[in-house]
Amino acid sequence: MKKLINAPDAVVDEALAGMTAAHPDLLRVIEPNVIVRADAPRSGKVGIISGGGSGHEPMHGGFVGLGMLDAACPGAVFTSPVPDQMLAATKAVDGGAGVLHIVKNYTGDIMNFELAAELAQAEGIDVKSVVIADDVAVQDSLYTAGRRGVGGTVLAEKIVGAAAEEGQDLAAVTALCQRVQDSVRSMGMALTSCTVPAAGKPTFEIGDDEMEVGVGIHGEPGRERRKLASADEITEALMTPILDDGGFGSGDRVLAFVNGMGGTPLLELYVVYNKVAAMCRDRGVTIERNLIGSYITSLEMAGCSITLLKLDDEMVRLWDAPVHTAALRWGV
Amino acid sequence: MSAFDSATLRRFVELFADRLRDRRDELTQLDSAIGDADHGINMDRGFSAARAKVADLESDADLGTVAKTVGMTLISTVGGASGPLYGTFFLRLATTLGERGEADATDVGAALRAGLEGLVQRGKAELDDKTMVDAVTPAIEAFDAAVSDGLEAALGAAAGAAAVGRDRVTPLVARKGRASYLGERSAHHQDPGATSATIMLEALRDAVATA
Repeated sequence: MKKLINAPDAVVDEALAGMTAAHPDLLRVIEPNVIVRADAPRSGKVGIISGGGSGHEPMHGGFVGLGMLDAACPGAVFTSPVPDQMLAATKAVDGGAGVLHIVKNYTGDIMNFELAAELAQAEGIDVKSVVIADDVAVQDSLYTAGRRGVGGTVLAEKIVGAAAEEGQDLAAVTALCQRVQDSVRSMGMALTSCTVPAAGKPTFEIGDDEMEVGVGIHGEPGRERRKLASADEITEALMTPILDDGGFGSGDRVLAFVNGMGGTPLLELYVVYNKVAAMCRDRGVTIERNLIGSYITSLEMAGCSITLLKLDDEMVRLWDAPVHTAALRWGV
Repeated sequence: MSAFDSATLRRFVELFADRLRDRRDELTQLDSAIGDADHGINMDRGFSAARAKVADLESDADLGTVAKTVGMTLISTVGGASGPLYGTFFLRLATTLGERGEADATDVGAALRAGLEGLVQRGKAELDDKTMVDAVTPAIEAFDAAVSDGLEAALGAAAGAAAVGRDRVTPLVARKGRASYLGERSAHHQDPGATSATIMLEALRDAVATA
């Protein structure tokens, strides 16, 4: 294992200390490992919190700040956080208007957030939860864990965070978050595996001429292994299921998000975006907004994911609203 | 046959913690194939913490207190799915065993069954979903069938049945947890959760056998 770390067990704590040192104007870290917006709680504002395993940076800690998250709960690498963290976060950001938990659809995340929500409600805090499950690579059925929450989470956190910032109430931001969830689709692929620091070796072996299609964000193998293909062919393999499943068609306005998995240069992401734009044009889909970069990652994995969100006027307005976080900043 | 008392329960926690440490890499390896490569790491972290918390308890702590301490510690330290699942399992043991200083075979059987019910409620997994439920369910059935032969015999039967259950679902396609994202590719891989659950029941058997 070749990593820029001091000790596998210290990675998360030291990175959090680094974030505190870098962004004292935006955030602080409270026990037990919760990243909280510097000025939380804000009276009368709905608190927006999220969380998940570490290793996906900048998600979620990099999205704490004005116009996005009020708190983020990082677990161990690729391991959902514990209920104590979400409970502490919920209490720290509750300004009397209730708190929304944005939860990615993973068995562990669901259970730990559920426990925390029950505990917070028992303490008299109004908590609502929305589960993001946007990965079209996973067959959805009544009998499985359902789709993973991936790139759509970033877009939901921005849009919903803006709504809370402008003073929308808990019912409204919850409904909005659900609307984003219902309108967003994603799919990802990997060129390489990644190494969980505590495990010490790559999660899977992959040949120089192979790729994994339909991966999530935990360095896990995907739906299938294929022969390596060109960027255009890969983009088509991701975009076609997204467009079909989401029913994106002529006249639709979308936000197109091309995300790097952690080890892919921006140069290549723009090559992918070029094909995304062409495919949207061919279908009569208008890309009104876009986001290109590594925002929801899988440690040092090379690869990308593509997310399309069907926009309405309110979503566009909230996407454009000011945001000031470590990872996203505009309008301020 | 000696009764199942607080010392036995503590020995079980220590044995389970030892074996999770010894088999940490094996569990993580199994999880790398069909999950996210953290099961051994998380279980080791949780049970190391639980062992330490239990060691801090008063020596006359009742069975419920010991089991509750384990459950709360797991929920607070493990994360992932294993934290709430194993945590709930131990909390249900605690509720069933209550303030007893010692338990007989019937009590232990009732506690294990309550633990299983907690797992099913929390994880919403059914038989053949390829999870720890596939190891624990046959174990409890085997325990009940052998309970008239005494605690040692019943726990021996339970541990054996857990291993059979673990292996029985290896060929199946996972329907819960991260392995389910792999679809057909999850077939013919041994389930990490069913494996750690089997290690747990073996540790319970051995803790009682060495009483």
